[in-house]
Amino acid sequence: MSKLVKSIKEAIQLAGLKDGMTISFHHHLRNGDMVAVMVMDAICELGIKDMNVNISSVFDTHGPFIEYIRDGVITGIETDYMGGVVGRAVSEGIMDKPVTFRTHGGRPSDIIRGASPIDVAFIAAPTADCMGNCTGKIGKSACGSLGYAFADAMYAKKSIVITDNLVEYPLIDYSIAENYIDYVVAVDKIGEPSGIVSGTTKITKDPVGLVIADYAARAIDASGLLKDGFSFQTGAGGASLAAAKYLKDIMMKKNIKGSYGLGGITAYMVDMLNSGCFKALYDVQCFDLDAVRSIRENPNHMEVTAAHYASPTAKSSAVDSLDVVILGATEIDTDFNVNVHTDSNGYIMGGSGGHSDTAAGAKMSMIVAPLSRARLPIVVDKVLCKSTPGSTVDVLVTQRGIAVNPLRADLADRFKDAGLPVYDIHDLKAMAEQLNGTPKKPVLGDKIVANVLYRDGTLLDTIKNVPVK
Amino acid sequence: MRRSMLFLPGNSPNMLLNANILGSDSVILDLEDAVAPTEKDSARILVRNAIKSMGYTKEVIVRINPIDSPYWEKDLQTIVPIQPDMIMPTKVSGAKDIQIIADYITKLEEELGLEVGKIKLMPLIETALGVERAFDIASADPRVTCIFLGGEDFTADMRCVRTKPGNEIFYARSRMVVAARAAGVDVMDTPWTDVEDIDGLIEDAKLAKSLGFSGKASISPRHVAGINEVFSPTEAEIQYAKDVMETNEKAKAEGKGVVSLRGKMIDAPIVNRARQVLEAAEAIKGGR
Amino acid sequence: MIMQRACAGTLESSDIYVEIAPAEAGSGLELDITSVVFAQFGEDIERVIRETLAELDVTDASVRVSDRGAVDCTIRARVETAVCRAKGEK
Repeated sequence: MSKLVKSIKEAIQLAGLKDGMTISFHHHLRNGDMVAVMVMDAICELGIKDMNVNISSVFDTHGPFIEYIRDGVITGIETDYMGGVVGRAVSEGIMDKPVTFRTHGGRPSDIIRGASPIDVAFIAAPTADCMGNCTGKIGKSACGSLGYAFADAMYAKKSIVITDNLVEYPLIDYSIAENYIDYVVAVDKIGEPSGIVSGTTKITKDPVGLVIADYAARAIDASGLLKDGFSFQTGAGGASLAAAKYLKDIMMKKNIKGSYGLGGITAYMVDMLNSGCFKALYDVQCFDLDAVRSIRENPNHMEVTAAHYASPTAKSSAVDSLDVVILGATEIDTDFNVNVHTDSNGYIMGGSGGHSDTAAGAKMSMIVAPLSRARLPIVVDKVLCKSTPGSTVDVLVTQRGIAVNPLRADLADRFKDAGLPVYDIHDLKAMAEQLNGTPKKPVLGDKIVANVLYRDGTLLDTIKNVPVK
Repeated sequence: MRRSMLFLPGNSPNMLLNANILGSDSVILDLEDAVAPTEKDSARILVRNAIKSMGYTKEVIVRINPIDSPYWEKDLQTIVPIQPDMIMPTKVSGAKDIQIIADYITKLEEELGLEVGKIKLMPLIETALGVERAFDIASADPRVTCIFLGGEDFTADMRCVRTKPGNEIFYARSRMVVAARAAGVDVMDTPWTDVEDIDGLIEDAKLAKSLGFSGKASISPRHVAGINEVFSPTEAEIQYAKDVMETNEKAKAEGKGVVSLRGKMIDAPIVNRARQVLEAAEAIKGGR
Repeated sequence: MIMQRACAGTLESSDIYVEIAPAEAGSGLELDITSVVFAQFGEDIERVIRETLAELDVTDASVRVSDRGAVDCTIRARVETAVCRAKGEK
C-alpha cells in the first residue's frame, strides 16, 4: 500500500472534501507557513467552497484568506489567535459568520470531545516518511515541536501530511505516528524559514522593558513560589524574556533547582534548562533556532501535545502544575480582566493562545506591560474584549508599580515586605491618566464579528465590528 | 543621596516620559552633546515643558551648553524659570566660568522674582586646566554643591587614550576627590562608556568608590542598578555603623570619654561616618 | 507673525511632527491632524494645539501635524518650537 499521492489536489479529492466541510491547519510554521494558502488555492481550483477553516493561529502570511472569504471559499474561521492583517478585515465585517476564538487548551479539548469535529486535517510536516510518520525537529523547514497538530491528526476524519522533506521509511524519532495519517504529499517548499523561527530571540534593550522585567523577577522571588521544584512559563515578548533572564540570575545565585519550564520555548528557556534551573522543558511550540536544536538533541527537552499542555478536559494538563506564568496584555481593566484579542481601537490583532489556560492553571499569573503605550494607558475601566477573566489574573507589573488582585492579599503583603512598589490598580490607572490624559473609548458597531470561547467552551465575550469611515 | 545620575537626551519625548522610573537617584536632561546644533531650540523647550509637567520626584539636573558656545544663555533663559534642582555647566575650566554662569542665573532669578540661589550648580570638569583648578571651581560659589569629572573630553585634552583600566585618569580622579572634599562638596565620577560590559562597570565603580567619589554618572539605564549597588552601604558596613553608634551611645551614657570597638578607638570622624552610612541606608531602603 | 514655513518634532513614538506655514491675515487657523490615537485623543490634540497657538499670538496659519502618541507637554513644545522657527526666532 502507498499513502503517497502526487498532489495536494489529488489528496483533497481522495479525502472526499465537499462544500461546507471543516478543514484544519496548525501554525507551527508561524509567519513562514505556505501550506494553508497552498491548500486553499487547490480547494479553490477544485471549485469547492463554503469551507470552515479551523486553524490553531492565523498569521499575516495568511492574508490571501481575505480574498477567499470575499469569494465564499472560506465562510467560517475557528482559531486561537489572529494577526492584524486578517484581523483587520474580520473587524471591518467581511465575514457573515462570526469567527470562533478558542484557547490553545480549549481547541484540542473541543476537537477531542467532539464539540468541533474536523473533516480533513492538513498537517504541514518539516519531515515525513511515505506512510505519514512525521516530525518538526529536522528538515530545511524545521520548526521543532508539532504540539498543536496532534489532536487534528488523531481526530480528523481524514488526515493529510504535506512535507518538503520526504525520507525513507521508517522515520526515526517521529512525533505524529502513521496510524493516524491517510495520505502523504511531497511539495517543494512548505515554509519560508525566516518566518518560521527567528534566528535568535533577543531580550529587549528598551530601558522601560528592563525595569518591568526587574520588578517581575523580584516579585516572583518574593512570591514564595521560587524554591526547589519551581515551574515556569513565559511569553516571547521582550519584557517577558528579560524577566526570564533576571529570574535565571536569581535562581543561579540562590542555587534553586526548578522542575519544568513550559510553553512556547525560546533560547532563554533552553539556557535555563542547560544551566540546571529546570529538569525538563515541556515544549508545545518552538520560537527560535536554539529551541529547535535543543528539542532535537536534548532528551530532557520534550515535545508535548496541545492537550497535554493545556486541555481543561484532559485528566490533567501541564498548566495545572504550573507555579508562575508571565503574560502580556493590550488592556487590563480594574477587575483584572485582560484583553489580548484587540488593539485599543477594537481591531482584532491577537488572541488567547495559552493566555487564559495558563492564567487558570498557574499558582501566580503575572501580566507584564508598560503602563502606557504611545499615550494609551494599559489600565482601563472595562476591557474592549475579555480574553482572560480577572478572577484568574493575580498581578500586573508595570514600570511605575505593581497591582495585585484583591483576591490575592497574600501576594500583596509579600511584595510590600520585599520593598516592591505595590499600588491599587485604580491608582495605577490614575497615574497613567495623569501622564497621558484620559482616552475616549472607540465607537464600535453592533455586528458581532467574533465569539470568544473560554477554555471550557462557554462564551466569554463577543467582539463587535469596527465601523469603516 | 546621589549614588547614580543618568544622562537622558533632551530632545527625546519618550525618554523624558520615563526619566523618573529608570532607577537613578538623579536624572541629567541633556541639552549639550546629546542634542544636534539644529535642535538646541526644540530640546530646551521640550525639557522645560517636561520638568513643568511630568512631576519628576528624582533630582533633576539640566546639562547646558558651554559658555564659549552660542547656546548657553538661551538655555538658561528657558530653563531657569522652572527651577530645576541643578544646572550642569560644561567644559568648566576655572572659577571665572562659574561666576559668569552664577551671575547670569542670579540676574534671571531676580528678574523673575524667584528665590536667589535655589538652583545649585554641578560643574562638569573635563579639561586639564579644569582639573588643575578643581578646588577653585568647587569653592567658586555657594551654588556649587558637587563637581563632576568628564573622563572622555579630559583624555582628549590630555592627548592620551581613554582605556578601560583608566590609568590615564587616575590622577585626575584623585585630584578631583581631594578638591571636592577640601571644598566641602560632593564629587561624581565619569560614566563607564561600554554599555554591554556590566562587569567592567562594576569594577570601575568600585575603584571610584574606593577613591572617595560620592557616586557615578551613567550613560545607560542598564548601568544604574550596578552603580547603585556599589555606592550603597553593604550589609557589613551597615552593621558596623550600628555597632559604632551603639558603642558611642553607651559610652556617652556611662560618661566615658574614649571607647573602642573591635580594638579600634571610636572617635568623632568614625561616628560621623557611621551616621552617614546609616542615613544612606535609610534613604535607599526598599527603593530601586 | 508666521513669516515662513517651519517644522519641528519627529515621527518617533511619543513624539509629534508639526509643520506650520504662513496664511493670509484674517484667514484663521487651518489644522490638519493625523494621529495614531486619533479615536482616543483627537479632540484633546486639537484643543492643545489651538491653546498653544493662541498663547503665542498665532491667529492665521496653516498647521499640519502627524502625531505618534505625544503627551500634551510634548505637543505644546513642538508647536512652540515650530512657531518660533516660523517667526524666525531661533
